[in-house]
Amino acid sequence: MAAGGKRASAGASSSRPLHPLHAWLQHHRTSLRAGLATLAHSPFSALLTAGVIGIALALPAGLFVLLNSLQPFGSHLDGSASISVFLKQDLDAPASQALARSLRARPDIAAVDGITRSQALAEFRRLSKFKDALDALPDNPLPAVLVVHPAPGHSQPASLKALAGELRRSPQADMVQLDMEWVQRLNALTRLGQRGIEVIAGLLGLAVLLIVGNTIRLDIQNRHAEIEITKLIGGTDAFIRRPFLWGGLCYGVAGGLAGNLLVGVALWLLSGPAERLSALYDSALTPPSLDPLTALALLAAGALLGLGGAWLAVTRHLRRIEPA
Amino acid sequence: MIHFDHVGKRYPGGFDALRNVTFALGRGEFAFLTGHSGAGKSTLLKLIAMIERPSAGQVVIAGRHLEKVRRSDIPYLRRHVGLIFQDHRLLFDRSVFDNVALPLVIEGYHPRDLARRVRAALDKVGLLDKEQANPITLSGGEQQRVGIARAVVNKPPLLLADEPTGNLDPDLSREIMGLFEQFNGVGVTVLIATHDLELVRRLGHRRLVLDHGTLKAGGEA
Repeated sequence: MAAGGKRASAGASSSRPLHPLHAWLQHHRTSLRAGLATLAHSPFSALLTAGVIGIALALPAGLFVLLNSLQPFGSHLDGSASISVFLKQDLDAPASQALARSLRARPDIAAVDGITRSQALAEFRRLSKFKDALDALPDNPLPAVLVVHPAPGHSQPASLKALAGELRRSPQADMVQLDMEWVQRLNALTRLGQRGIEVIAGLLGLAVLLIVGNTIRLDIQNRHAEIEITKLIGGTDAFIRRPFLWGGLCYGVAGGLAGNLLVGVALWLLSGPAERLSALYDSALTPPSLDPLTALALLAAGALLGLGGAWLAVTRHLRRIEPA
Repeated sequence: MIHFDHVGKRYPGGFDALRNVTFALGRGEFAFLTGHSGAGKSTLLKLIAMIERPSAGQVVIAGRHLEKVRRSDIPYLRRHVGLIFQDHRLLFDRSVFDNVALPLVIEGYHPRDLARRVRAALDKVGLLDKEQANPITLSGGEQQRVGIARAVVNKPPLLLADEPTGNLDPDLSREIMGLFEQFNGVGVTVLIATHDLELVRRLGHRRLVLDHGTLKAGGEA
């Protein structure tokens, strides 16, 4: 009976088991087939399970795609976030140009628009009704202004504030104005949306885990006799686990495919209204679409959750089935 | 092959299924395990197959002290023990061929070798023409022979049978016992639990007699 012991012969052939790796791969192949066969055996209930998993996956994925399609809108607004630096009255034109140049060289600043004193006066004359009053003044009361546009990666409230503070400390600046309220609101809203999607995705992921776990648990119960006999004739836990794990993976992948289908249909239904909205916003919005990476991530999430759910069911229930 | 040294088995609740059982069964021996029902025959076989663990004493199978075997190693040891049950324990959702092939699938045989060995085992028990049948369509004797084919297909050095002829008429019983004698003839150690004393007497092999968990006779070879 010892592994090295000489085996008595009850049959006629002298074949040996395959190399362990080869045998392992072979059993994975048969287990995958068994997993697919389970699905094919009761197609309606398999379809139902895959549909439920698909809906659970499609909801967060769809919201994610929608939020993503709002991103260009957000960055469009981000692009208009700016800091106005009012320069001291006694600063002459070359000095203010030098300051603009040095600011442009900074990595956290995308662009600097310079408005000279005379430009400011001209604009003020054009836009206001104080034309006569201005004419009455002996010299131009308006300061030169530098409008600083932060670089794309530096438009968060904290870094904007830091940049404004730094500009305020520079000797050439008289006053620095930063209107951040809307930046903060937009940021807070986006963050709320993201967190909301994360929470929903987490809860629905848990639901997928439980759905697959329960399906596999029922499968284990149905195959109680088979598991017991397999244990009696020397099947390892890993051997017994394998078909169930592949079954869970098949459910997960089928659910992922269903989820992709549902998101695709939903976005197609949204595409008309979204395009009209986009037109109203001067095409700042791109119509939401399911990019290949998101679709792949959805499929992968389904596969992982399916495998995870099967793993939970298998580790919880297989150990309890012992031959008696 | 089998050594029991002062083995006791107490089930939860305090029932002693086996008490102070000591015997040895040599390689290639053929022995019957007899006794009234509830005498501990099944428990003794379960200790050898590691379905149960003893609560006292030592069980040594082919030189391995079973109390030192880890749970994860049990499957590998069971592959060296062919088990045959009174209720056959066949799977009715697959063919006779697939039932017999299961131990070889577990051990990871190439499909070609597997088919050859399954057919050899089915030929041995005279069921080669039934390989595609579902076991549920077979008679009790035929089902038992499928169970035997499954037990010997991976050529274990030890065969354990628990009431293998329990539900069979005398002629079929003799036939089944004849199969066990054939396997014994090629060196397989055989231990059969049975209460068919008539058959045991006629075959005249070594007898281990259990009575209320203690070994009454046959302990010394």
